[in-house]
Amino acid sequence: MKVRQLSAVLAASVLTLGLAACGDSAKDGATDSGSTGSSGGKSVKIGIKFDQPGLGLKVGSDYKGFDVDVAKYVAKELGDSDITWVQSPSAQRETLLSTGQVDMIFATYSITDKRKEQVSFAGPYFIAGQDLLVRADDSSITGPDSLTGKKLCSVTGSTSAQKVKDKYPGVQLQEFGTYSECVAALVSKGVDALTTDNTILAGYASQDQYKGKLKVVGKTFSEERYGVGIKKGDTALCEKINTALKKMVDSGDWQKAVNDNLGPAGFKVDTSVNPPKPDPCS
Amino acid sequence: MREILNNYDVLGAFWGTIKLSILGTIGALILGTIVAVLRLSPVRVFQWIGTWYVNTFRNTPLTLLMLFSILGMSYILGIQLNTTDISSNVFRWAVVMLSVYHGAFICEALRSGVNTVPAGQSEAARAIGLTFGQSMQHVLLPQAFRGAVAPIGSTIIALIKNSTVAAVIGAGEAANLMSVVIENEGSGFSVFLTFAIGFVILTLPLGLLITRMSRRLAVKR
Repeated sequence: MKVRQLSAVLAASVLTLGLAACGDSAKDGATDSGSTGSSGGKSVKIGIKFDQPGLGLKVGSDYKGFDVDVAKYVAKELGDSDITWVQSPSAQRETLLSTGQVDMIFATYSITDKRKEQVSFAGPYFIAGQDLLVRADDSSITGPDSLTGKKLCSVTGSTSAQKVKDKYPGVQLQEFGTYSECVAALVSKGVDALTTDNTILAGYASQDQYKGKLKVVGKTFSEERYGVGIKKGDTALCEKINTALKKMVDSGDWQKAVNDNLGPAGFKVDTSVNPPKPDPCS
Repeated sequence: MREILNNYDVLGAFWGTIKLSILGTIGALILGTIVAVLRLSPVRVFQWIGTWYVNTFRNTPLTLLMLFSILGMSYILGIQLNTTDISSNVFRWAVVMLSVYHGAFICEALRSGVNTVPAGQSEAARAIGLTFGQSMQHVLLPQAFRGAVAPIGSTIIALIKNSTVAAVIGAGEAANLMSVVIENEGSGFSVFLTFAIGFVILTLPLGLLITRMSRRLAVKR
């Protein structure tokens, strides 16, 4: 008797779970088709980082950074006036796009072949590169070749960390969960340098509490092409975003966004590759 | 899933988890026993120290302890457990923090075990002239451990799973490799499944073993 009751309860709960899942996906699908065919003042869900100074940072109820400025411009050009910002940590970006929880992602999202298997990219809208952040009074580190015997910091599992492990085995690598902890370790002299994309480094160096204490070395040793992540195969949206990006560069708003967000730390954009031309959509 | 197993050193990463867990468990059992004895001792000051330890470390998030060990202890106070090699310093601190954190839980599990021992046992021990240390060692703790197998086992399983927290300081274990795989391959269900299965393989047999042992070792009264 008891067993039967229990199984009935279980079955009922599984059923409701299934129903809930169905309801969710149906709703997602509906909003999705609404926004992809949107050019008339519709709402749009944009994924950004919430914790990356200079690129995508939540300040109170406001959002600031280069990624945010580009996203706002593109949304305006697409005619989407009502933006919902969605936090998209690196590990969740593909899932957020493929399940339709966001329509576009502007989150230091490097275009790679592996990622293209799961999502499509518009852009790139910026070419960054792996660089080093050191204490302002440290002149012993001038580039990746002067790192032997030094302590380097990066984020657990990140591309930058993997590259250092593969290419510079003589370097000691400390890994943390986020860059903020690396910056703290750098300031307290626990590590000698922090490595990741130069844009991210410039963002940290521009923060008020670190102004004048840290500097970006300025010798990139990789190429990271930041693209706009969109749902796989949505070429129509990709074309529209690319047109908007081109307009942003031509009008000078792109340069202004770079200066506003990454300029304060004396960060110089590599003008031989920037501003980039968008790839053809596929 | 096979692709992940072929391209990445998944077994090596889980070996890191196993090493971390075994060393952490040994440390936690030792610390937990010491603190339990402190809390049970007749000396007030020792009781206070034991209570302070449990309340402090049981209520501090493990992530915070891990970060403090590297950012605070290693980099600001300069206490390094291996001065020449960062990854070994991180690993040793991870073991220490896992031990310290779970030691508080082991202590409480042991105290619950002591409560299963009838008061007559300790009274009898005192009556035949055993000191506090002797009665602990020969009468109370052996029975307490047998009575506390199940809660101690739960703590050890929790410790195995909590070893993933060491990824926040970059210790080489399963969660660390998982973030590498996600970065390179994108987050997919198969990545999640591979590592989830790995942990089930570690914890499920242990759970069964503990259930059996708790039945077999229980003091028949």
